[in-house]
Amino acid sequence: MRWIGKDVPRKEGKDKVTGASRYIDDITFPDMLYGVTVRSETSRGILQRTVFEEGIPWEEFTQVTCKDIPGNNYVALIETDQPYLADGKINHPLEAVLLLAHPDKYLLQEARRKVSLEVDPLPPVYDIEESLNQKEIVWGKDNVFKEYLLEKGDIDQVWEKADHIIEGEYKTGAQEQLYIETNGIVAVANPEEGVTVWGSLQCPYYVHKALMALFDLPADKIRVIQTTTGGGFGGKEEYPSMIAGHAALLAWKSGKPVKLIYDRLEDLAATTKRHPSLTRHKMALSSEGKILGMEIDFVLDGGAYATLSSVVLSRGTIHAAGPYLCENVRVRARVVATNTPPHGAFRGFGAPQSIFALERHLDKAALQLNLSKEELRRRNFIQEGQLTATGQVINEKVSLADLMTKAMEKSDFQKKKEQFHSENKKNKYIKRGIGLSSFFHGAGFTGSGEAYLESMLGMEATKEGKIRILSASTEIGQGTNTIFSQIAAEALGIEYDLIEISVPDTALVPNSGPTVASRTCMIVGKLVESAAIQVKEILRQSGFLASTYSSSEFSKACQSYLDKFSQLRVFSKYKQPTNIKWDDQTYRGDAYGAYAWAVYVAEIKIDLRTYETTVEDFVALQEVGKVIHPTLAAGQIEGGVAQGIGYGLYEKVVWDKGQMINNQMTNYIMPTSADIGKIRVFFEEAPYAHGPAGAKGIGELPLDGVAPAISSAIENAIGLDIPEIPVTPETLHEYWVSRKVNS
Amino acid sequence: MRAYLPAYDALTPDSLDHALELLDTHPEEYVPFAGGTDLMVLLDWGKLPRKKYLNIWNLSELKGIQEDESFISLGGLTTYTEIQASEVLQKEFPNLCQAARWSGAWAIQNRGTLGGNIANASPAADSSPALLSYGAELEIVSRSGVRRLPYSEFHTGYKEMRLEKNEIIRAILLPRSSVENCHHYYRKVGTRKAQAISKVCLAAFVKWEGNKIKECRIALGSVAPTVIRCPKSEEILTGKTLSRELKEEAKATLGQEISPIDDVRSTKDYRLEIAVNIFDEFLDELGGCKEG
Ligand SMILES: Cc1cc2nc3c(=O)[nH]c(=O)nc-3n(C[C@H](O)[C@H](O)[C@H](O)COP(=O)(O)OP(=O)(O)OC[C@H]3O[C@@H](n4cnc5c(N)ncnc54)[C@H](O)[C@@H]3O)c2cc1C
Repeated sequence: MRWIGKDVPRKEGKDKVTGASRYIDDITFPDMLYGVTVRSETSRGILQRTVFEEGIPWEEFTQVTCKDIPGNNYVALIETDQPYLADGKINHPLEAVLLLAHPDKYLLQEARRKVSLEVDPLPPVYDIEESLNQKEIVWGKDNVFKEYLLEKGDIDQVWEKADHIIEGEYKTGAQEQLYIETNGIVAVANPEEGVTVWGSLQCPYYVHKALMALFDLPADKIRVIQTTTGGGFGGKEEYPSMIAGHAALLAWKSGKPVKLIYDRLEDLAATTKRHPSLTRHKMALSSEGKILGMEIDFVLDGGAYATLSSVVLSRGTIHAAGPYLCENVRVRARVVATNTPPHGAFRGFGAPQSIFALERHLDKAALQLNLSKEELRRRNFIQEGQLTATGQVINEKVSLADLMTKAMEKSDFQKKKEQFHSENKKNKYIKRGIGLSSFFHGAGFTGSGEAYLESMLGMEATKEGKIRILSASTEIGQGTNTIFSQIAAEALGIEYDLIEISVPDTALVPNSGPTVASRTCMIVGKLVESAAIQVKEILRQSGFLASTYSSSEFSKACQSYLDKFSQLRVFSKYKQPTNIKWDDQTYRGDAYGAYAWAVYVAEIKIDLRTYETTVEDFVALQEVGKVIHPTLAAGQIEGGVAQGIGYGLYEKVVWDKGQMINNQMTNYIMPTSADIGKIRVFFEEAPYAHGPAGAKGIGELPLDGVAPAISSAIENAIGLDIPEIPVTPETLHEYWVSRKVNS
Repeated sequence: MRAYLPAYDALTPDSLDHALELLDTHPEEYVPFAGGTDLMVLLDWGKLPRKKYLNIWNLSELKGIQEDESFISLGGLTTYTEIQASEVLQKEFPNLCQAARWSGAWAIQNRGTLGGNIANASPAADSSPALLSYGAELEIVSRSGVRRLPYSEFHTGYKEMRLEKNEIIRAILLPRSSVENCHHYYRKVGTRKAQAISKVCLAAFVKWEGNKIKECRIALGSVAPTVIRCPKSEEILTGKTLSRELKEEAKATLGQEISPIDDVRSTKDYRLEIAVNIFDEFLDELGGCKEG
């Protein structure tokens, strides 16, 4: 292959490096106003009065409340429970109540401080337990946004046959996406032209749909344009619909363009984070170490509104039983309401939570059965032809056992384990350990999701004899533009430089779906490939393109075609492979078209003087189908591992009354390059029939396996099984002290 | 940027005298602005007091590292980068170099100053324990003259200090002595390896005479409302030969001398134990010098 598998230069790399790229804060218009959001401090209550203090020329300000909304006061996504602007009721701290716009951005900040909201408080609910126990009903009838029951076999008859029954409880915390560029939107909106927004975002058509409902306007009156985006990680999946609505409402009312950009403090405190979780495991095993049954109770904290939580829960549920064969499974999964800002999409999307619990639980089982962590997993790995928890037949050539063998070799697992064991005895304070995790991650939307989406991608020839890809899939730093160009160039048999990517602008590009769920390469990339094949076919049949051709002959063929027919544009639409079947009612069937498989090994050092854990070496080995761009792919994995190290050891959201109070990078501890140690990435490639050139998805995978491998290594180092993350030094200290006290 | 910018003003004085004059004639109005690495954070949060800021960054009278027989004098504007690069500091006052190396990261080290670190008066300031471990003195100037003050007497309470509104820290003086028979210890336990605020920081200096501790200074950050010396623990060690019992006694005493709290970065329990643990590490190192 000429382009696939090659480290071609990034499509937009030069513009980013030279500073030519325009991010949202670079966009300005004459006469533009700035906008800010006035938010509640209270976590739950009834809004009584908005007080505007003296000393501010209030008449100069555009003010928008829920009364000014031309259409529907909800963020159209799945449910319609989340208002754009609170209508009397406050359900979480930092809920938006009032919008202000003014040409002077500094005076605007002053004005924001001079508005106070009088709220009659109602009793709130702050965590999963309180919500499950219905301390207060804060959402719907029972605080439950969504519940799934996933069943395979008959779990109830398994307990009496089991040689071992092992129970455990696991907790994971919230995590902030921490894209470098904070959220922001610029809007132009008026009744004549409709609404146009520019923004730092992942999913132009999500914003499009939300603005249609907010303004009650037809599709062609709403236009959403993605600007160069400095990272997303899921944090710009659903939230931009909120900011876009706010900016557009201010623009609509003032009749002027409005820029609304969050600073870091606001972005951290007000926008979505990864859902905290609580998982209970009960596992039946035979004396040979076969898993006979798993009963899993998986609960996520959704925050105050439904947002995407049901979908996050779904992925977490399906990944809860992991890549292991088990005939009897029951997963009861719920996502519940609390009076905190809604939690949302974040790389991994529910899977890192349920996989953390399962992998830690397997380590616990291994210890109890006196098997090595490796061996217990080997005895249970799912194989080709076997059924997952949802009853999906694995029809990929999967060999987790081979991955395990290779990961053991790359990390020198056995030798390290023995070496650390003997060194740890001699060293009173420095303890080293090595641990592992094995896992899978499904690429694309769950179940029938991709079929419902009906993603569409366009491709056209340009006057210059180039090929332009028309897609709503966004470049957010991960390399979409580059891999799409590689796939197109490969399928067309032409130079990489002849491929252009259209700006994701809903007026120009069809809806290729959201940029989420590790779907861009596998699903949309496949659409690129099939569109390219169509283009080639059309040029051939028109007679302009011979059976063999050079790039310049191809360009000429395009130009000749355009001269004659004036347009060459094709669309390819997603067709679910016929072998994929899914039943939303019973939650059974083919959950994902394909899975990426992985075994990760973490080597850590603990200093028992300070209880600090440091990752010293990390082996990330995965099978992801064909690797399109080795450097970008390795970058995705390294970045994911770094983010996973943050998730497992450093990144703790400190809550007070439903509000994040460490909302600065000084106090929300994301690891730096000095903290993350050596990360070694290895790929195995088993081409997938329905992915472009055989590729699957990799974006989310690395987040799943890092934290459990680190916790496993901590257990190996000091024999302390810590069932929660992040394992900050303070957390480790607490567990260490309580073990001393107990023993 | 949450601040209301029009509420602020800045002015660059021509000389130290000019700066001191402005501070003296407009008390409460002008405030020195050195590297700005503390002040700009407040500005960003909308919490910077609305004053006129005096840009002292270019005042040559506050710059440079000078040495004479008895002191190394560091101008108030000495940056972390300059501290790390200084050979005499590396040789004689390594705790301070270590503190500089572990403060912020490169950009902050180029801009952040020693005078700013002291006058910002954070209990978590990283250079302060190092300075205390060397018995530093401050040279403070105002229009009416110069005064000298042991640094250990400077901080009087949380963000309170012996610095009048019309004064500037001109220099930090480090008393020199022979480098033989010295042991230096500096350890910062931050929230991460770089760009981190200390959860506990300990700096210590010991001078041996034979196998007796002749001189000893122990200082800690982030365990009290100000950075502190630990005079009782110092006293226990001074004039003694190290023994197991002595170490235990010193550790117990140190635990009594500190009063950490819970905050958004850490817990009281953690800080209390970690402070004693790294003190123990220091004592182990000392023991390593003389016992083994
Ligand atoms: C990202 C980041 C990382 C940081 N990391 C660390 C760290 O690891 N450790 C640490 O200790 N600090 C750290 N800091 C804090 C800061 O960099 C230091 O405190 C620095 O030394 C302050 O010096 P400055 O010159 O920038 O002070 P400025 O911000 O200019 O001033 C701070 C205060 O001191 C006063 N002042 C300044 N100079 C004088 C003087 N000569 N006489 C009298 N008053 C004066 C000012 O009026 C002001 O009140 C960090 C800050 C940032 C933004």
